[in-house]
Amino acid sequence: MKLRARNLLGIESLTPEEIKLILDTAVPFKEIFTRSVKKVPTLRGKTVVNLFYEPSTRTRTSFELAEKRLSADVLNISVNTSSIVKGESLIDTAKTIEAMKADFVVIRHSMAGAPHLLAQTIKASIINAGDGMHEHPTQALLDLFTIQDKKGKIENQNVVIVGDILHSRVARSNIWALTKMGAKVTVVGPVTLIPPHIENLKVKVSYKLDDVLPNADVIYVLRVQRERQKQHLFPSLREYSELYGVDMDRLKKCKKDVIVMHPGPMNRGIEISSEVADSSFSVITAQVTNGIAVRMAVLYLLAGGAENVGVNPVKPPI
Amino acid sequence: MTNLYKTKKVIMNKNEIAITVKRLAGEIIERNHGAKDLVIIGIRTRGVFLAERLAAEIKKVSPKVIPLGILDITLYRDDFTSLSEMPLVKETRIPFHIEDKNIILVDDVLFTGRTIRAALDEIIDFGRPKSIQLAILVDRGHRELPIQADFVGKIFKTAKAEMISVNFKEIDQQDQVTLNEQVSV
Repeated sequence: MKLRARNLLGIESLTPEEIKLILDTAVPFKEIFTRSVKKVPTLRGKTVVNLFYEPSTRTRTSFELAEKRLSADVLNISVNTSSIVKGESLIDTAKTIEAMKADFVVIRHSMAGAPHLLAQTIKASIINAGDGMHEHPTQALLDLFTIQDKKGKIENQNVVIVGDILHSRVARSNIWALTKMGAKVTVVGPVTLIPPHIENLKVKVSYKLDDVLPNADVIYVLRVQRERQKQHLFPSLREYSELYGVDMDRLKKCKKDVIVMHPGPMNRGIEISSEVADSSFSVITAQVTNGIAVRMAVLYLLAGGAENVGVNPVKPPI
Repeated sequence: MTNLYKTKKVIMNKNEIAITVKRLAGEIIERNHGAKDLVIIGIRTRGVFLAERLAAEIKKVSPKVIPLGILDITLYRDDFTSLSEMPLVKETRIPFHIEDKNIILVDDVLFTGRTIRAALDEIIDFGRPKSIQLAILVDRGHRELPIQADFVGKIFKTAKAEMISVNFKEIDQQDQVTLNEQVSV
């Protein structure tokens, strides 16, 4: 069993078996964090370039730690310190990286499809670390790993994703991943932030959080992107918080073993109350730890079959 | 074309394995003057079952409980560049400190020595043991690294293309060691 593609561009193109392989592989990697030397020699001599066109702290550091714990050589390129600010095109930057013989490129970009373009251009394995409003596959994988870890299974779990579904690549990737693995997903948010026809992705839609909470096994809270308020997609942060903020009063209506997840960074007091974020229901710090193990698993699995150049089915996002 | 193996002969049966395990356990106790500071670590997959049996035998003669660990050496292999797909990684579980312990490292077959090299590197990442001693059921020769076992169940000369297959009833229904040869189909 191996991954069919040399790249991880999105969850949409993965089979349930491939998702399971990644999650299963991540388990032994987590054990490495408990050793006195938290490092294995597996990717010795491989070079990974982290190419970040958008600001990111947790995803970039998580990838960097994963790469270093596999003994790869790591190079970070971020937008404000590179020749990207001098106007270099994505393809030219990519070709430069290729000339430096990178084996992996981890890319975050504000344009959907940027990782796909890169995958068609250069030979290195490409990992999508978030492209526009399209996908953020490693986030979804670490979320599934955390659910599996805390709940014992993913199948038939009622997962409520609350917030700005429209602009969220995290929501998109999680919907793909969760439905493929048999979870029951409900998306909740203001009408303006739920994309039309989202039901086609086999999710239920609700506009009232309080209606769906009693049934939830997992509450996945999305970050409010504050700039959206300026676009008048919802009247005020206060109203948003009133209707969709997850606080202790709302948690009391939930099952006793409900877990609360958040991809970070949190706006405490807006989409999630501080009390909830720091409560025993919250698995947010576990998500961070699991993220490193899952990214190690992805790098490990993509490192295989590096010689099969040319077998690279790339479909641009629609 | 796939390579299949068929059994050429049985080189150890159930009774012989039991007697050998008992003897190995005795030698381990003798060499280490008892079971003090002794820990056993089995290499996945079949080294683990041999390790469990050795621990059970040692327990019969020593009141001390011997800690048992499991090692998966996949991430320490030296042949990633020549593999077309990445082997499945399983968990390494060493739930005790190895600092200043005498480690009995256990595997079923000693062949090229590369697995043992990987295992030694991995163990060192957990700390600095007082010693590491190697116990194996069958030594089939053809070493590619300067590695030898401290406790050997049986030495059996093989041709390089042949294969030694150790079966334990825990996963293979029965206890036996067979010599297999390749048949092409």
